[in-house]
Amino acid sequence: MKNWFLRGLAAGIRTERLPDGNVSTALSPGLPKTTEHASEEQAKALAAVCPTDAIRAVGSIGEVDEDRCVLCMRCKGRDGQRWRRDVTWAHAANANSQDPLESSFRKSLHVRIIDAGDCGSCLNEVAQLNGPSYNLHRVGVFITPTPRQADVLLVVGPATRQMRDALVAAYEAMPEPKRVVAVGACAASGGVFGPSLMSAAGVGEIIPVDLVVPGCPPPPHAIIDALRLVCGQTKRAVHK
Amino acid sequence: MLNAVVEHLRTIWPDVTWREQHQTIYADVDPQYLRAMAKYFRAQQWRIGTIVARENERGLDVRYFFYATSHPGWLELRVEVDSNERKLPSLTNVAIAADWFEREIEDLFSVRFSDHPRLGDFVLHNDRWPEDLGLMRPQVQSAADVPEQVRAWRPKRVLEEEGAFVMTVGPVYSGDAESALFLLETVGEDVVRAVPRLFFKYRAIEKIAEGRTIHDVLLLAERCNGTSAIGNGLAYCQAVERAVDIPLPARAALLRVFFAELERVRHHMTSIREICASTALQVAESQALWIEEQLLRISGELTGHRYLFGVLAIGGLMTDYDRGTLDNAVAEVSALMAQVEPLRKALESASSFLDRIEQVGIVSGESARTFEIVGPFARASGVAADMRAVQPYGAYADVLFDVPTETEGDGYARLRVLFSEMVQSLRIMRGVVADLPSGSVTSDVRVGAGSALGWSEAPRGASVQWVECDAQGLVLRYRLTPPSFRNWHGFHVATEDFAFQDLPIVLATLDLSVAENDR
Repeated sequence: MKNWFLRGLAAGIRTERLPDGNVSTALSPGLPKTTEHASEEQAKALAAVCPTDAIRAVGSIGEVDEDRCVLCMRCKGRDGQRWRRDVTWAHAANANSQDPLESSFRKSLHVRIIDAGDCGSCLNEVAQLNGPSYNLHRVGVFITPTPRQADVLLVVGPATRQMRDALVAAYEAMPEPKRVVAVGACAASGGVFGPSLMSAAGVGEIIPVDLVVPGCPPPPHAIIDALRLVCGQTKRAVHK
Repeated sequence: MLNAVVEHLRTIWPDVTWREQHQTIYADVDPQYLRAMAKYFRAQQWRIGTIVARENERGLDVRYFFYATSHPGWLELRVEVDSNERKLPSLTNVAIAADWFEREIEDLFSVRFSDHPRLGDFVLHNDRWPEDLGLMRPQVQSAADVPEQVRAWRPKRVLEEEGAFVMTVGPVYSGDAESALFLLETVGEDVVRAVPRLFFKYRAIEKIAEGRTIHDVLLLAERCNGTSAIGNGLAYCQAVERAVDIPLPARAALLRVFFAELERVRHHMTSIREICASTALQVAESQALWIEEQLLRISGELTGHRYLFGVLAIGGLMTDYDRGTLDNAVAEVSALMAQVEPLRKALESASSFLDRIEQVGIVSGESARTFEIVGPFARASGVAADMRAVQPYGAYADVLFDVPTETEGDGYARLRVLFSEMVQSLRIMRGVVADLPSGSVTSDVRVGAGSALGWSEAPRGASVQWVECDAQGLVLRYRLTPPSFRNWHGFHVATEDFAFQDLPIVLATLDLSVAENDR
């Protein structure tokens, strides 16, 4: 055991500062953003390459619905499409979304993760949060195995029909006050899977969602940002 | 090689028309021959690639794909099924691996398999859906066609002993585990038998793919299992390229190999991290997490996506990469491997760690062959099954690598295979970049009607996919057989008589993806 302890010490501190502004593609794939194009044709051409209708041409403006973007990268190489490079992606799910939790949660927030049909990449990005680079504990957020001790339900996946009962049961088992964060394009809008025979158009169809983090998958920093927002550690306007 | 096989087949079944084309033997056969043929090919060490059912206005047919393990070559047996009677003989008695394929077809196409030991409650859970829903049949079009009928469901109990009970774990359990239910039959501390109940995450990928374009179905192939986007995406692209006859530029073929191996290195690091985490070895877990994060960053820096989504395209790659960037990525992965090596040594000399993974979840070579286990799971049991070597595809025939195997078939053997394969993957990446021809990485994608099989060695094992598309470039039938579907079938073999606290360790070393199985 002594050996492992020393190995841990010898590795030194690997935790990095939380980003303040733009980051490289190593940390985040980015998201396409609403762009004013040179012509109506160009906006229409970009809307046509988007497989999930995340880009909609309104005149010469290509309006981007971030929740629908599955990061297929088809618009990336195209002329004119602008991308956001920050990681503050989280936004309120709808007009009924609750405000952040009260101040007592600011430095101690317990999160239960629910996999409602995730492909594995969102879950893997969530798993990175406990790694030395991100070190989720430093911001006072802890992953708990039981919804009874959870303040926040972090849901990934499009809410498949066979997972719905378990999702609702977990939500109902949580004590008040509680919040729901939908992580990833599937949880936000159904992504490539929903709405369909077996998937919903996002978790919001099944349980009330407060914050949505778009992205396929959202990078770890965008998930940390959402968790800090929901416990009131950082503040910004989240309603669109 | 296949000529000799065909000649022999003609002597055994002279009334069947055997054809050979593109390293595949084709035959339309009567269902009554199926069992004898499956038995024959199993005896010749052929394995089941996939079983594809398809129903359209012309009727219902089922294709059985087998592949040889000692030389390149596939077999496609097609049987027509009476769409009113909907009956086929089960192959489970002669090829156990057919078991889950048949249960799936029974559930989704309402085809009855005579003499199958256990049907029902598989993909569509019996507490939610009536039997004979036929979800994959053409008349089912929307959610309204699959009404739910909620009723009570109780796990089957086999063990009859005083104090015996079934402990259920899941579908929501542990920290960030995927959703699956485990039925653990126990008489106390020890679990005698463990049965997984899967498909909670069933997204009906094969159904929703129908009617989408060949390009949009690639998004589904990548996202069937987001941690193996290239592995599954590659098999899909190859299936489409064979079906429509789209040429693949040499540069694209080699770059695909490069990205497949980059993904394998990262995927195996994730698996190693999960094994460390399952034994609560926190320092090792943190160090593995750090290396994994660096590999994700290398992928992100190189391609713009940490999980390599959007790298592949039908007919090649989405974009080209210049030599300097690729060299840089190889150098970075090499530098990381220099940190993986001390981690491996430290783990291999940590007795408290080895005590927990040695002799745990043992699967013998015989069981691995019987259940047709694939990937690192099989190779740790001494079965050198690797599609890259057995049925070379893309540019794999031109690259040099070894297929590492171990013989013990326990958790430790599986860990060693993962470490050895990372070394081989780096070797392949180096070789690819050194020999990269110049030229285009895209080709003109024409659309056309056709159907074909594609396969690849995804990080977890063989991914076999079948695509049928029409002249407009829309997918008519997409069949996705990922490696985890095959390997979950062998899960119960690894979990006979084990201590309850070992469940997370067995699960981590088996390296099974629920998302990939459920589709």
